[in-house]
Amino acid sequence: MSAVFIHGLGAVSPAGWGVDALLAAAEKEQPLPVQTLARPGWAKTLTVRSVPPPASRLEFLAHPRLRRAATLSQHTIAAALEAVGADIAPVQAGALRLGVIVCTMAGSVAYSRRFYEEVLREPATASPLLFPETVFNAPASHLAAYLNSPAINATLVGDGGAFLQGLAMAAGWLAEGRADACVVVGAEELDWIIADAVRLFRKSAVYTGGAGALYLKMHPPARTVLSAVTDAFSFTKSQTRTTAARQVRGQLGRGRADELLCDSEADPSAWPDWPGRRLAPKTIVGESFAAAAAWQCVIASGLVQAGRFPGASVRVVGANQQAIGARFMNAEQPAT
Amino acid sequence: MLFPPPKPAGAPHRVVITGAGIITALGAGWKANAAGFRAGTTAFRPVTLFDVSRQRAKIAAEVELPADLPATRLSGKKSRRLNRAARMLLLAAHEAWEQSGWQPDEPLPVVLGTTSGEMSLGQDYLRQALHSPDDFKRQATRVVYYQVQKPAQVLCDAFDFQGPLTIISNACASGANAIGHAFETVRSGRARRVLTGGYDALCQLTFAGFDSLQALAPTPCRPFDAERNGLTLGEGAAVLTLETLAGAKKRGAEILGEIIGYGAATDTHHLTQPHPEGRAALSAMSAACAGAGIAPEQVDYVNAHGTATPQNDATESAAINRWAGAHARRLPVSSTKAGIGHLLGAAGAAEAVVCLMALRGQWLPPARSLTTPDPACQFQLVRQPEDATVEIALSNSFGFGGANASLVFRRWV
Repeated sequence: MSAVFIHGLGAVSPAGWGVDALLAAAEKEQPLPVQTLARPGWAKTLTVRSVPPPASRLEFLAHPRLRRAATLSQHTIAAALEAVGADIAPVQAGALRLGVIVCTMAGSVAYSRRFYEEVLREPATASPLLFPETVFNAPASHLAAYLNSPAINATLVGDGGAFLQGLAMAAGWLAEGRADACVVVGAEELDWIIADAVRLFRKSAVYTGGAGALYLKMHPPARTVLSAVTDAFSFTKSQTRTTAARQVRGQLGRGRADELLCDSEADPSAWPDWPGRRLAPKTIVGESFAAAAAWQCVIASGLVQAGRFPGASVRVVGANQQAIGARFMNAEQPAT
Repeated sequence: MLFPPPKPAGAPHRVVITGAGIITALGAGWKANAAGFRAGTTAFRPVTLFDVSRQRAKIAAEVELPADLPATRLSGKKSRRLNRAARMLLLAAHEAWEQSGWQPDEPLPVVLGTTSGEMSLGQDYLRQALHSPDDFKRQATRVVYYQVQKPAQVLCDAFDFQGPLTIISNACASGANAIGHAFETVRSGRARRVLTGGYDALCQLTFAGFDSLQALAPTPCRPFDAERNGLTLGEGAAVLTLETLAGAKKRGAEILGEIIGYGAATDTHHLTQPHPEGRAALSAMSAACAGAGIAPEQVDYVNAHGTATPQNDATESAAINRWAGAHARRLPVSSTKAGIGHLLGAAGAAEAVVCLMALRGQWLPPARSLTTPDPACQFQLVRQPEDATVEIALSNSFGFGGANASLVFRRWV
């Protein structure tokens, strides 16, 4: 197994609904406008970026499972459906076994907060409608239900690096024959409780929500391949963030002058000798953990697919767990 | 590299277990738990960790944590600061690690399952954010330590593991899916060894959540009883060390058992209720056996998911009946949740250890709370302690959201 082909991309972000909006924002390299979010108990507000409302009602909300689904699930499903594209019908018909992997760090924070507020007010009457939506794997479950997909399904929880681990897990499922195709989604949800928490660590961070998705199969035709996912180098007592990031570089290699580095940080002192162009999508869209890592991969893969770069590497130095990298190449270029 | 993985050398590796650690309401460690499971001891008591006076159910299987943690690379100060989930995980991992005889001499993948990490800290965070919005004291620490990856990171620091760290959160199947993923990682040659398992601690949010669904029984749970009235929550952690058979033999390790199959499927019927026919459960069991290269007739014991909710047990009974066919009437089945409650993300891992205990000890763990077996069960419900020949055991774990997983274990002699 030397390559896995990228058959589709999906995104819901502050740039809008769809990959085109995200790629356009990335190409402009201008920070998207910010909004304010009320924080209970405060006169001042939190600065955030929110996903704009969809242009029209989302058709999948008509599914009985999804009427009350959290925003996290809605974004997950929208991004996944865009990525799976023309294969939705064969999956729903049972002709294609679709593995589903959803990656998140904070999960369904809005419903969790609402449910626990109800518990604090009166535990005897806390809503049974809210609680199931607080479970980490609710988005993956809803997605599988909408696609009528009984194949293997997993939710990975961790910092942004979990999304790249998800890509490697999907490649493993494809190789083991557990699925014919896999969709990997990174998703996070905007709520004051998480925006407030992020502010405790980085005052300048602008939190956002949304989702990004990659659709993988082991065979062409596709214009982009996933050619590498490095090991995930954990942050431990004996391995700092800097050391972990260096290890990623050791596995990804020096890079090429025509290769994009899609980075989780806008820090030129990291990998200062990277020979090609660099892009840090978080400076444009904001911080969103697993969703942000997914957007990095969507942008990297999308720009390779569009012929802008023959290859693109992704570097994720996560919030508190791991550093990990990936490389996407034009399917006609030899992997390096 | 996680991808592409190293080229496999020939046939897939056989995967063996060389260390196991467990902590449940029955006690800390293999010995205490084996004695409890073998006797069918129940460990439920009134909840003391948080206020349940306004809840329908008021009991759970709380763990009595030992006062001291084993000596590790963590400083005494850091050890004392650890919360409930991290303490349980550390205790189980320490036991497994000691038993395995492993040394931290190379990156060790850690694959764990959990549903809520250290959620009690998340609760504290929200309470303070709501009630004292300008008081940030200890809030940053709560944010860091409530996250599901933090207890696992503490584990890595305690034993000098370098990872990578993978956390699977597939609701109540998390622990089984984590072990299944770890099994595939070793079997395929992506790693020589993996530390895996699951952990979950009781917390008010989860307790109130299951209570809101009226899924909790006001009395100790009675899996597969015709009069069952819901599940009882528990807490705990269980950890296994998996490695290639060749590796274990080379270093002369004691082998506790072999994992030979893993199946997973998704039930798309409903977010919290399984399909009445148990199609995904059947798929998971069938896939696990197919992967193991065995027929249902070769399975000597099934550790059922058996939550004791009306829906789960009906569905699982239907699935086991169909999967086992004529073999069902001779097939011993029990749910050890009758003794320790539902450990959620740790359930699949704890029940994997129970299967190992049964294989090692050649006995069947009974569910003694069972008084009136559900007539839908065509299989033999284990109600009293008994010795038995157990060569192969299968463990089921089914979760919210339809995550279904089955693991198959073989006795090692």
